[in-house]
Amino acid sequence: MACIVNNGLELHSEHSEDSETSSDTDDDFETVEMHVMDNNKTELTSAFTRNKWSAATQKVLSSMPSRSVGWSAAVLSQRDHSSVRDSSQVPGTSNRDYDMESHEGLIHEVPRMRHLLRTLQTLPLDECVRKLRMMPMSLTEKSELRALLCRERKGQILSVETSRNSHFQVRLRKSLRGARQGVHSLLTSVQLWHGTLKKVSGRFGTGALSYFLFLRTLLLYNIFLSLIINVFLVLPEVIHHPHHSANKKIFMGLNIFTGTGILTDSSMFYGYYNYTEENNCSSGNKTKPYNSYNIRLAYLLTIGTGLFATCIMLVYSVFRTLGGSFHMYKSHGNLALKVFSCWDFKLSKMTSVRMQSENLCTQLKEMLYELHSGNPKGKLKTRLIWMALCFTAWGISLTCIFCCVLTVYVFSEDRENVSNIGSDENLLALPLLVCGLNHLMPSVFNMVAWMESYDSLSLCIYVSIIRNLFLKVSTLAVLCYRWMGSTATPKNGTKLECWETFVGQDLYRFLLMDLIFGVLHTIFGDFLWRVFTQGVLRRKRKPAFDIARNVLELIYGQTLAWFGVLFSPLLPTFQIVKLILLFYLKRASLMMNCQAPRKAWRATQMTTLFISLLCFPSFLGAAAGITYTMWRLEPSSTCGPFRMLSSMFQAGREWRCLTTFNPSLTWLSWAYTVLENPLFLFTIAGVFLLEMVREE
Amino acid sequence: MQIRLYRNCQVEQEGEVWFALVKFVSARNKDESNQRLCRTNRTNNTMGATASKLPKDQLSEYQELTFLTKQEILLAHKRFNELLEREDRQQIGGSRVPMNKILTLPELKSNPFRRRICQVFSTSDLRDGSLSFEDFLDLLSAFSDSATLEIKSHYAFRIFDFDDDGTLDTGDLEKLVNCLTGEMDNTRLTSEEMKQLINNILEESDIDKDGTVNLSEFQHVISRSPDFVSSFKIVL
Repeated sequence: MACIVNNGLELHSEHSEDSETSSDTDDDFETVEMHVMDNNKTELTSAFTRNKWSAATQKVLSSMPSRSVGWSAAVLSQRDHSSVRDSSQVPGTSNRDYDMESHEGLIHEVPRMRHLLRTLQTLPLDECVRKLRMMPMSLTEKSELRALLCRERKGQILSVETSRNSHFQVRLRKSLRGARQGVHSLLTSVQLWHGTLKKVSGRFGTGALSYFLFLRTLLLYNIFLSLIINVFLVLPEVIHHPHHSANKKIFMGLNIFTGTGILTDSSMFYGYYNYTEENNCSSGNKTKPYNSYNIRLAYLLTIGTGLFATCIMLVYSVFRTLGGSFHMYKSHGNLALKVFSCWDFKLSKMTSVRMQSENLCTQLKEMLYELHSGNPKGKLKTRLIWMALCFTAWGISLTCIFCCVLTVYVFSEDRENVSNIGSDENLLALPLLVCGLNHLMPSVFNMVAWMESYDSLSLCIYVSIIRNLFLKVSTLAVLCYRWMGSTATPKNGTKLECWETFVGQDLYRFLLMDLIFGVLHTIFGDFLWRVFTQGVLRRKRKPAFDIARNVLELIYGQTLAWFGVLFSPLLPTFQIVKLILLFYLKRASLMMNCQAPRKAWRATQMTTLFISLLCFPSFLGAAAGITYTMWRLEPSSTCGPFRMLSSMFQAGREWRCLTTFNPSLTWLSWAYTVLENPLFLFTIAGVFLLEMVREE
Repeated sequence: MQIRLYRNCQVEQEGEVWFALVKFVSARNKDESNQRLCRTNRTNNTMGATASKLPKDQLSEYQELTFLTKQEILLAHKRFNELLEREDRQQIGGSRVPMNKILTLPELKSNPFRRRICQVFSTSDLRDGSLSFEDFLDLLSAFSDSATLEIKSHYAFRIFDFDDDGTLDTGDLEKLVNCLTGEMDNTRLTSEEMKQLINNILEESDIDKDGTVNLSEFQHVISRSPDFVSSFKIVL
């Protein structure tokens, strides 16, 4: 018994095994084993031996996690506290009167079914229908049952007494569910790139599809953020205060790459958003109508709201994907799992299907061989050699990362002094260096990983992701130190006239260089590598699409965009253009140069990992950087909407002005004082998220 | 004969009870359901529903009872219409599409389990794998994005149960592995390897040691795999 009960999925633990039943069950199991061992009578006797199990055995077996995880959870919601939970349930079927006599005998043998029907009848209709949906009956039978329940309900007078609290809870849950369904249907109706994604998944499977889905998710986040910022910040500023720069600058082609010249004073960067005296709170007399748009507040609030909403959406998707992938993965005993669950039904192209069959066959043979030929890694010598190789590989990787970081640090130090920056072209040197390193080092890590041979593919991928992540995080940290430290508050040398614009331009250059390098790498790297492997090395297989590396590049770009939104409000719009371009480019490259991977890509776990990486180091880091900038750094005194303030947060006090000039907006100031307390915000957000997650 | 068999045995495992009941009831109710479909179909026609449109109340009923969204149901309706013969397009509710036509769908054409899928979802009396529109919706609902693990694992079990006896025995497992590894000679397992593989599978998943994998044991194995839900998907 112990070996069976020892599972990790004890969902219904309220059944205590009585001591008196254990002896019965032991006898029953012994009977089964004896018969099974007798080869001549295996099939016949095993079928009948089961039927000799006592009711106690039945009860114990029916409380097994594997049984209770299925139907009790699906058919009867745990929240209902129904008494039917103690036994395994059978999905019902229609019980029209004229059929009752014919299979009455059968129904009497299964009294639980009637109980289920009775339970269904006591529930509200929409709960009923929800449970019907989750039963594996055919649609015809479900609609019959539903029609029957509807008819009965019309005849009955429901005398269910519900307390006020539960009534309110039911209504709240209903409205939340309705809202969620509305949002879900709205999102699914906007099926961007549906045909393309289907083609990709039909040929390459779920792994490559997860990259493109991730790209689409990022695109939606950026569209949402840029919509808010463009509507509430950029458009009003452009309409109300069209600027003409004092010295007309000539547009040069290089300006697109450097973001300098004519673009410096454009609405792309922080310096454009001016702040004139008439917007000042203390100026003017109270009779003057306050009709101009307060750009200070708008700047602060739109960016704050956009980032806060993005945070909520990210955390929600992390919770959703996390729920599905909490499984302990055993390293052995997986043959059954592989056979039952690894076939990818999305593949529709014949060659891909054949390839999947081939791969599966190879993997099964390998697993069988490993199981039956003993453990070759058991030898001490092989293990020591393997560990030494691992250490060397890690040592090499960490040294490389350290060297890169040092290079970036030294190189950026030269730029501290403003006068060192000569012409505009020199500004491109640092982005070039950083992007070059970011694209070169993953190939170095791949070569290093050839040395080590990991047991499982997922471990290999995790190691590669960790190394790439280290590299990117450390370079970003050095750059942030430079921007927020030396550029904003230089210790020696002259201070920049408008340091926020400079930082915004730097970030724009980084994003642009990232895009250019990505394009070049796709065109030359993938294409040339394929020609090389097939022509020179004469390999039959095309290279596989490196999903982890591409996703990390996307996350890196998005971090830059989120951090830069404070200094360059049009950066999310630029990111949208970049993502659309990348989508079509990567798709073309995939179709031409790659083929489906040899081993199965664990899509769910990887998706969870990528969304968590997007939320935790990427978004949180960017948000922390922005918060620090707003709170601690002094805005430049000659440009931008926050001049003459000691920190950007102080602009928040302008709320009070709005109410003195516009009495109808007093509720806004009340709202602001309430929202100023971050605890309140987080409590609301937490309650909302919990309710959404419970609905899942 | 099946009825008698199940009446005599004390079948206590829930999966088998369910299995027996559904097969029994659906066997009894096929003609009634067909008659009813025709009745609703006639009322649809008298109500003036056109050939290519799905009436609104039926659409909302399908939305409630399946995991498909409105767009997916309408797309399924369109694709199903294309598969029907021209003369049958007037009454989409009652007509069945033969299996060989369903198998021309690009999503199913290369799938090694295509015949089993058609047979599992078919509610036809003749057991010929032909699908009505509601069967087609059932198929898409089970394979959709929002279907639960329970539904998917349930239908996966039925698809893998090649002899429809409610358990996966040695013959079923052998056919399953042959489907997975393909038809080519170089990808088949030898008989020795097949025996070893089946023994290993039974060792890992057969909890009550009766030589077969029943629904609960199958669901127990599947629940350990987080990728099953994402790979058991077909989208139109």
